[in-house]
Amino acid sequence: MSAGEFVRTYVFSLDHKIIGLQFLFSTLLWFLVGGLLALGIRWQLAWPWQDMPIIGRMLFSAEGGQISPEFYTTLFTMHATVMIFFVIIPILAGAFGNYLIPLMIGADDMAFPTLNMLSYWFMWPAFILIGMSFLWPPYGAGNGWTSYPPLSAVWEAAPGSHWPQTLWLMGVTFVGVSSMMGSVNYMTTIIQMRAPGMTMFRLPLTIWGMFITAVLQAFALPVLTAAGFMLLADRLFGTGFFLPESNVVNNSEMATGGGQPLLWQHLFWFYSHPAVYIMILPAMGMVSDMIACFARKPIFGYKPMVYSISGIAGLGFIVWGHHMFVSGMNPMLGMVFMVSTMMIALPSAVKVFNWLGTIWGGRVQFTTPMLFSLAFVSMFVIGGLSGIFMAATPVDIFIHDTYFIVAHFHYVLFAGTAMAVFGAIHFWFPKMFGRMMNENLGKIHFFLTFLFLNGTFFTMHILGAVGFPRRYADPYDFETFRHLQPLNQFMTICAIGMVAAQVVFAYNFFSSMFFGRPCGRNPWGANSLEWCAPSPPGHGNFDFQPIVYRGPYEYGSPEVDTDNYPQWQPPPESARASEDAQHH
Amino acid sequence: MGRFWSLLFLTVPILGVGAFVWAMGDLWPLKGHWLPTNINDHGQVIDNLFTFILLLTGAIFVGTGLTLFWFLWKYDGAKNVQPVEYTHGSHTLEVVWSIIPAATLLFIAIYQMNAWADAKMRRPLLPSGQVKPPLAVVTGRQFEWRIRYAGFDNQLGTPDDVEVVNDLHVPINEEVVLNIQSEDVLHSFFLPNMRIKQDVVPGMQQYVWFRANKLGRYDIVCAELCGWGHYKMRGRLTVESREDFDRWLAGAYEAQNKAEFTASTGDE
Repeated sequence: MSAGEFVRTYVFSLDHKIIGLQFLFSTLLWFLVGGLLALGIRWQLAWPWQDMPIIGRMLFSAEGGQISPEFYTTLFTMHATVMIFFVIIPILAGAFGNYLIPLMIGADDMAFPTLNMLSYWFMWPAFILIGMSFLWPPYGAGNGWTSYPPLSAVWEAAPGSHWPQTLWLMGVTFVGVSSMMGSVNYMTTIIQMRAPGMTMFRLPLTIWGMFITAVLQAFALPVLTAAGFMLLADRLFGTGFFLPESNVVNNSEMATGGGQPLLWQHLFWFYSHPAVYIMILPAMGMVSDMIACFARKPIFGYKPMVYSISGIAGLGFIVWGHHMFVSGMNPMLGMVFMVSTMMIALPSAVKVFNWLGTIWGGRVQFTTPMLFSLAFVSMFVIGGLSGIFMAATPVDIFIHDTYFIVAHFHYVLFAGTAMAVFGAIHFWFPKMFGRMMNENLGKIHFFLTFLFLNGTFFTMHILGAVGFPRRYADPYDFETFRHLQPLNQFMTICAIGMVAAQVVFAYNFFSSMFFGRPCGRNPWGANSLEWCAPSPPGHGNFDFQPIVYRGPYEYGSPEVDTDNYPQWQPPPESARASEDAQHH
Repeated sequence: MGRFWSLLFLTVPILGVGAFVWAMGDLWPLKGHWLPTNINDHGQVIDNLFTFILLLTGAIFVGTGLTLFWFLWKYDGAKNVQPVEYTHGSHTLEVVWSIIPAATLLFIAIYQMNAWADAKMRRPLLPSGQVKPPLAVVTGRQFEWRIRYAGFDNQLGTPDDVEVVNDLHVPINEEVVLNIQSEDVLHSFFLPNMRIKQDVVPGMQQYVWFRANKLGRYDIVCAELCGWGHYKMRGRLTVESREDFDRWLAGAYEAQNKAEFTASTGDE
């Protein structure tokens, strides 16, 4: 292979599978970075102003081995930015969306391969800009991932509000452009390029999740991009969209004014609330596929599952105000948003009941992907129910911006989505690399992660009940919170254990890639189209034209003797004859 | 192994409920790991709603957790030799488990509204029917709370105003209204013991009100990120009798005048 050929095949590839793997490797690398940033936060909360053993001197030599309050704000800002924009969103849509959409709908590639390649390469300016924003001396961006103005709009407001904040905004804009390219591509591909016989209601729920996510991104992202440019203009060109009149920050008076800081919150959450669903709907889809496959049963209530995904997406656009109950927004609006927010719990509940219904009466195989999927269901229930506390406006007055909300979104995003992602990696790894991951290592990794994540995150509910505020470098000066340090130390130890457990995963992932047991086309006995392609599929995906005869969840069908009844398998002669008779 | 994994999922509801019960019971090592003492007459309703939602969600949490465990235990593929239930769902069940949660959620939402209106929309009134004027203006700035009392004429912006920093005193058993605002960036005025939280936005006026019912000193917390010193933005709240409060205010006024006098004579 010549150098040019290598670059075309593996670097600037137009093949959706290579692009998907590029997203996968990049996001897994950032996952590691984000996790280590979290450990920095946890260290400070457990042992504030103490030197970190061994690595402290190396990392924070300027501060004499300890985390400074300025650096602490950078830590939590970057942890959230990395995890949301570089891990969860791109690993779902970028990695699994890219890899699975054409394979599961029976297409040879995406509708726009060049656009697809660009969607990956537009992540790189974002990687570089956010990286610079983090490492910028003396302190990186530190206004939280929400970047509320005036703090984020005024250069003098904080050390992190200098250049790093500008770079941060530019970086997030690039992520948005990348997502938008993906979104257009996924929608077009799913609508236009399905194999013969693949009706919309024969799509696997993974694809429904990806499809609705793409729609959400297409409608919500422009608002974030516009808001980002407005904030950039406030910072660079002296406009005053988000700056009120006669605002004096850090002893320097603002030249401009007449704007409204709350406007940013409205615009930001108009994107970022749907983004919460962008970060969970594909995971819900993948979990549905895995649960049906390993319960060896059709998914319970396929259409209600599709409608509930759509319902979550639709309602997702009218609940953003629940982030702003105590922001100073008109309290009357708070009531309206409370009702819509309560209602969005309904489709989530329907999904949970349907997953339980799928397991009922099945023959459950406790494989690693199944364990992660079950963990998703079990943990998502916690994350969903804790959301009701925040949706209730009077209760939210007390727990808003405390560790209760931190517990809530970590249960949804880590204990939920990340579990689904681990499951999905184990599930589709054989398709991606033609080899199985090691089941024993997978189960050890699952067990440790499950244990430590609950040790770390469940306790946060209890901190929240005391009113323990988030984003505090040292809360122990307050009498109300002084006695909470031992619990925080327990959580930090669990968090260290959780990150350490990922070594098992990394080892399993890379060793299986080269030395795993080779697998055939359909190692799990699954039904959807990707399993009829070679493992790994070559360029163009399929070595025959797949024709779809039925839905993706025909497990245990009485029509055939086998356990599964794949979408591409023609019906037996007898059934076809009777069908013909019906038609004539 | 199916048995082991089923039991692992059974530990979720058991340990989850256990942790909450332990914390609510104020038992070692989770002593004081629950809602801090409520000292506001209007705060109790929020605590009650919190407990109400906790019990309701707790029941659903336990119910789904036990169901998951039971299904995994019973339908373990290694043990269960029955053919699978070949079904694509049940219309009746879908309708039932849509309508019941929908009604419950709607009920929770409506049930909260009165408390919300009391906390944020129905400001206390004077006997004359007019809204009660604020006792003090609290201004957040990086990284302190500046508190300005109207003084004895109850008029803000007059020469007898009293200014203090991070030291809020309020009389017990009286409806107290505070006007809170910000000078620079966003802050959030959080009184954990009062169940009060309100973001302050530069350019906007906010009001909070409460009726303290327990003497003592408590924390004022900033709950909205306001810069590197966010964690240092700690104020103190003192609840005292009306007489002590008046005495303290007079003392603060004296101290302020004396400080001004020395400052102006010191310049010469």
